[in-house]
Amino acid sequence: MSALRNYIDKIKPNFEKGGKFEKLHSVFEGFESFLFVPNTTAKMGAHIHDATDSKRTMIIVVLALVPAMLFGMYNVGYQHFLAIGQQMGFWGTFFYGFLAVLPLLLVSYIVGLGIEFISAQIKGHEIQEGFLVTGFLIPLIVPVDTPLWMVAVATAFAVIFAKEVFGGTGMNIFNVALITRAFLFFAYPTAMSGDKVWVRTDAAFGFGGGQAVDAFSGATPLGQVGTAATSTADITGILGQPLGFWDGVIGLIPGSVGETSIIAIAIGALLLLVTKVASWKTMLSVFLGGGIMAFVLNQFGPDTAYANFPWYCHLVYGGFAFGAVFMATDPVTSAHTETGKWIYGFLIGAMAIIIRVFNPGYAEGMMLAILLMNLFAGLIDYYVVQANIKKRLKRVTTK
Amino acid sequence: MANLIKTKRGLDIEIGGKARQTIGSAMPSETIAVIPDHYHGIVPKVMVKAGDKVKAGTPVFHDKTVESMNFVSPVSGEVTAVNRGERRKVLSITIARDPEIEYEKFDFKPLAQLSGEEVKAALLQAGLWAYIKQRPYDVIANPAKAPKAIFISAFDSAPLAPDHEFVLHGQFDDFQAGIDALGKLTEGKVHLGLRAGSKSTDFRMVHGVELTEYEGPHPIGNVGVQINHVDPVNKGEVVWTVGVQDVLFIGRLFTKGIVDLSRLVALTGPEACETQYYRTLPGASIAPIVTGNVHTGIPLRYISGNVLSGMQIEADGAIDPYATQITVIDEGSETHELLGWAMPRFTRFSNTNLYFSKLLKCPLVEKAFGKVQFKWDARLMGGRRGIIMTNEYDKVLPMDILPEFLIKAMLAKNIDKMENLGAYEVAPEDFALCEFVDTSKLPLQAIVREALDYLKSEVE
Repeated sequence: MSALRNYIDKIKPNFEKGGKFEKLHSVFEGFESFLFVPNTTAKMGAHIHDATDSKRTMIIVVLALVPAMLFGMYNVGYQHFLAIGQQMGFWGTFFYGFLAVLPLLLVSYIVGLGIEFISAQIKGHEIQEGFLVTGFLIPLIVPVDTPLWMVAVATAFAVIFAKEVFGGTGMNIFNVALITRAFLFFAYPTAMSGDKVWVRTDAAFGFGGGQAVDAFSGATPLGQVGTAATSTADITGILGQPLGFWDGVIGLIPGSVGETSIIAIAIGALLLLVTKVASWKTMLSVFLGGGIMAFVLNQFGPDTAYANFPWYCHLVYGGFAFGAVFMATDPVTSAHTETGKWIYGFLIGAMAIIIRVFNPGYAEGMMLAILLMNLFAGLIDYYVVQANIKKRLKRVTTK
Repeated sequence: MANLIKTKRGLDIEIGGKARQTIGSAMPSETIAVIPDHYHGIVPKVMVKAGDKVKAGTPVFHDKTVESMNFVSPVSGEVTAVNRGERRKVLSITIARDPEIEYEKFDFKPLAQLSGEEVKAALLQAGLWAYIKQRPYDVIANPAKAPKAIFISAFDSAPLAPDHEFVLHGQFDDFQAGIDALGKLTEGKVHLGLRAGSKSTDFRMVHGVELTEYEGPHPIGNVGVQINHVDPVNKGEVVWTVGVQDVLFIGRLFTKGIVDLSRLVALTGPEACETQYYRTLPGASIAPIVTGNVHTGIPLRYISGNVLSGMQIEADGAIDPYATQITVIDEGSETHELLGWAMPRFTRFSNTNLYFSKLLKCPLVEKAFGKVQFKWDARLMGGRRGIIMTNEYDKVLPMDILPEFLIKAMLAKNIDKMENLGAYEVAPEDFALCEFVDTSKLPLQAIVREALDYLKSEVE
């Protein structure tokens, strides 16, 4: 350890002002603070500080996403071998999924972090860790077959226009990962919807090649509900096997990489709640909002397949749970007041179901619901803050 | 029975090195430095020059705006220098002290016969006005504007805080005189805050005060929190605050007719050896107290005050007039932690659940694995960022205020917003804990100080 420390101290002058690699100062600083806790001391104000910092916070979120990522990889392999009608062991299945998802992860991180490094250097800032989470989220919320160049373009767009122009981590209005997805969704709709993109039938790096079997249909369960012509839809897996509530919980179904398994998401949610990185108020109220709205539509809604889709299935299929746990709770883009969090979460849940039921064009409502409420989070806070102000003014007048 | 106010919000930080209830002996400091910067917002007009003889209580400078407001020497001796910095700013006035302190004699009528105006004039003249502060703005009180109430907190809840009851023991006649004098300065009440459940027999005997008991973790002892609960400051109103030990100085002026600023300060902190109380004076060097009395081998940080809101000073620096404790901690500049953000870090404290410190402190775990002693140093423990986490500040600020929004209004210098969100009620020290827990490592106390100064310059 001290050898490493000495080496860093030796090369450090090169990266400081006037040094050979002055242009790489932010990058160097980023790596140095990654390796060693910065020993900058407080020059004014509080002389001691809490051990927590944004790196620790971000890494916990990434850790919480790992179960969803691992399950997602396995599921990609599982759906693939199901589609081509081959038998494959556990590790082979996972390995295929790993090969299929890894490029998405790499592209997302390389593009996003590259832009972060450059903008940190231009602004003379430290490199901010926010993208560690965003970069991990992006591969989890896109279909596995999304072309890599599209992911690259969308990531670049989101990082620059949804984050850096607002001033970087902590200043953004919209969830950056969701902007990436929204960009893909509206710019390349054919690559983001329909029934061709959710299950990869081709080989990944030459591994697991084969032909899709005749019975194969790659539509997601929610896609099937959205396009059903009858007033009740029977959702099926990719080979026509019927699906129920528990299939949605386990998650061996087609969908975006990380969104399918409620169990994997619940493990992540548990970690976020125990460490209190995510607000339980937001998380709970999203489920409440979604559940109540879906229940109301079950009872009194129009007689369409989507309105009749049972409320408990709404919560476990599609991106609802993933969005509730990992996206709605993003502290920067959510409401900042405690009262506001209840309202914010409830409206996300309710809005997601409304979009699903009343807009057959979008089988999945979660992304748009969260982005919409990102926009209104400030307004919700405004009214909560205004209530505090009114209370203070009243104190004067009642005396 | 006194009123009781409870809160759960806040945080008691566990640090080693609390002062024992004994009084240590230390040589008196040879020189005393009167430093105008210790009195925030004052523009000094120096009244002495090098070579002048002064007594304890002789004015050395006065404020340019309120010319009757004197600042006096705490000792008798000879002025050795008036040190000036850039643009002739007065940095300090140093005084070589006599072996025996001679006091300036003040002849006042007995306190009971004095009017409020006479008390005020006496305090201004004797240099004790500096110990009366005001909200809004957390500056020395403007003598021209009468307060609606005066608040004194009889206990300090900050980490390693001294026990005021121990310090004041045997001096309650002076304390009562101080309270009586303060009582003449306001039409309203003089509030004295006690820790709930504490015996505080001496404090409970004091006449002419409204007692309120407070229960909860730090910052419940902060007078700002107490004001917010009892009689919050609205726009246009003024509340004065006085440090509980500083009431003694005021009392002594009227009982003895002298300015006697000697007091006991607690030497505290994990890096100090004989953590106990020492007698000293404002502006005295801490060297006689700390030399040979601290751990060696690591760079140390000396703090005049507590670890959250005190002022960093040198090993021979002057203790500031408001400080009741000296804290010595590890500077931490030589500490290099590999991959700290990924490590379990069992010896580091965090108020979040991202580390194990909360778990280690739960009684069952403590029983099984023994008590942990957390390590402390002055590092920020992370990089400065924009505000990321929400609801962090609220948990440690037990006031009816939305701290995150107030801080944002302060950063934006939005006067209306600051007013509306309660800027008149806060002082930098109220945000000390927020600064401690902040994931984004923002210098909140400095932000509040700057914003209050800005607000004062714009509004007044």
